[in-house]
Amino acid sequence: MSNTLPPNTGYVAAAYLVFLVILLIYFVVMAIRAARVERELAELLAQSQQRAAGDAAAETSSQ
Amino acid sequence: MPTTKSLYGRRLTGYSIATAIVLTASIALAFFYAPIEVDQGFSQKIFYIHVPLAIVTLGGFIFGGIFGIQYLRSGDTRHDLRSYTAIHQGLIFCIGALITGSIWAKAAWGQWWVWDEPTLVSFLIVFLLYCTYQPLRFSIEDPERQARYAAVFAVVAGVFVPVNFIAVRLASPLIHPRVLGSSGGSLPNDMRIAFYSALLGVTLLFITICKYEMASKHSRAQLAALRRSLGGEGNEPAPARSAAPRIAVK
Amino acid sequence: MSAARTPSTLSAARAVLYKELTLERRAPQTLTAMALFCASAFVIFHFALGRDEIEGAIASGVLWVTLTLAALLGIGRSFVADREEGGLDGFLLAPAPRSALLIAKATTLFIFLLIVGLLAALLFSVLLLGPTPNAPQWASLALLIVLADLGIALVGTLIAGIAIQTRARDLITSILALPLLIPLLIAVTKASEPLLSVGGGTLVGRWLALLGLYDLIFGLLAYALFDYLVED
Repeated sequence: MSNTLPPNTGYVAAAYLVFLVILLIYFVVMAIRAARVERELAELLAQSQQRAAGDAAAETSSQ
Repeated sequence: MPTTKSLYGRRLTGYSIATAIVLTASIALAFFYAPIEVDQGFSQKIFYIHVPLAIVTLGGFIFGGIFGIQYLRSGDTRHDLRSYTAIHQGLIFCIGALITGSIWAKAAWGQWWVWDEPTLVSFLIVFLLYCTYQPLRFSIEDPERQARYAAVFAVVAGVFVPVNFIAVRLASPLIHPRVLGSSGGSLPNDMRIAFYSALLGVTLLFITICKYEMASKHSRAQLAALRRSLGGEGNEPAPARSAAPRIAVK
Repeated sequence: MSAARTPSTLSAARAVLYKELTLERRAPQTLTAMALFCASAFVIFHFALGRDEIEGAIASGVLWVTLTLAALLGIGRSFVADREEGGLDGFLLAPAPRSALLIAKATTLFIFLLIVGLLAALLFSVLLLGPTPNAPQWASLALLIVLADLGIALVGTLIAGIAIQTRARDLITSILALPLLIPLLIAVTKASEPLLSVGGGTLVGRWLALLGLYDLIFGLLAYALFDYLVED
């Protein structure tokens, strides 16, 4: 290969970079969503466990 | 307890892996296998990312219209979700096609925009039209009507795409050499392999992203349903206007 | 005992058309607004372009942009009265085929556009147009106005049907109509250009073909899809 870069390399690189940036933005958006889903699931799980514990306590106290 | 099968996440892994492999291979082919083109030099390499983006954009919009027809005929909201996703992602890919097209114009002809390139001009017009999809959906509150009107739009816009291309092409002078024109379209074999693999890669990318989007929406809808069924304070659904299709969770 | 007959599409369309035209005749808001808009637009163009006379491609562009924006006014008004005063619900309750509404509304819009178009063309030739078209060129221009207005009326009625149910009615109408009308405008402005040039020219067939194709495709599309818009 020659030592110097071919002409217009900047533009070609820019075009492929645009493509890459769009993909990366997409990853970030998806990551944020996944984190939010995980947080909500944890919250709901805690709620349902609390409720199960509450029901169990109510049963034992009413026996 | 009934188990709900994954509706949209099926084969998602497979598609993702296939996308990664094909895209990497096609970029490698574009830069290391395909020869440098005589007229435009190195900047012709943009062709391998710009044209697949453009073709897949059109495919996305047309499938948006096809799913729109299916929704109108069946009323099944899954078609509406597919239509919405295809058009939404198509719009993003369209932005990519326009930006890479503009960079190619600058590299090849020295200007950031050329009115003589009919494909680029047609994409701008199509982009302007599909930008109205989201505002249209958002401005209709009733979900069923929103889906129905969006489907009508998707069909009209899908038919519009080829009509628009014909019109713009008729109106453009034949000064600039068109790489994909009917006469100059025959590519040498090594370029052809690189191009078709890039096309396949971008198509797989589009499909994977759409599946991913739909799976993500579906899981958020399931989460909301779970929240509602747990009841209690803090779990009432906030009635929000949205442009996205409502997903029925069974 | 007489059985109620479902009116045919044409007779239902004719009834609605008669209603529309009677309404406009009694209170000619839409036509007046569209005509005034064209006149004001020509004055603005005189100052904006800084020219006393224009011809060729610029003349074609000025004329058709003005007509298109005036058409937006007409499209926006298309279903407003029905929506605000309940006429739409009345129509839906009647046993008339939905496509009758499309035909009637599109014909109304077409007639309005035709009147405004011919008036505007006359006004344009007096105010801004440099070369005076001869008789065949006037005839060709009239033909173009007819074909273009047909397309605008069909697409416009479809868009009006969509926009009337949204919250941002006039915004949606504008952003939806303009891109959709671009192929039609490409054809009609290219076709008008030789008619409005010094030295004259005649119609080129390919633009007429494109106009005809556009009208046909979007006419069929509007007919097929309109039912889905007026379901309740």
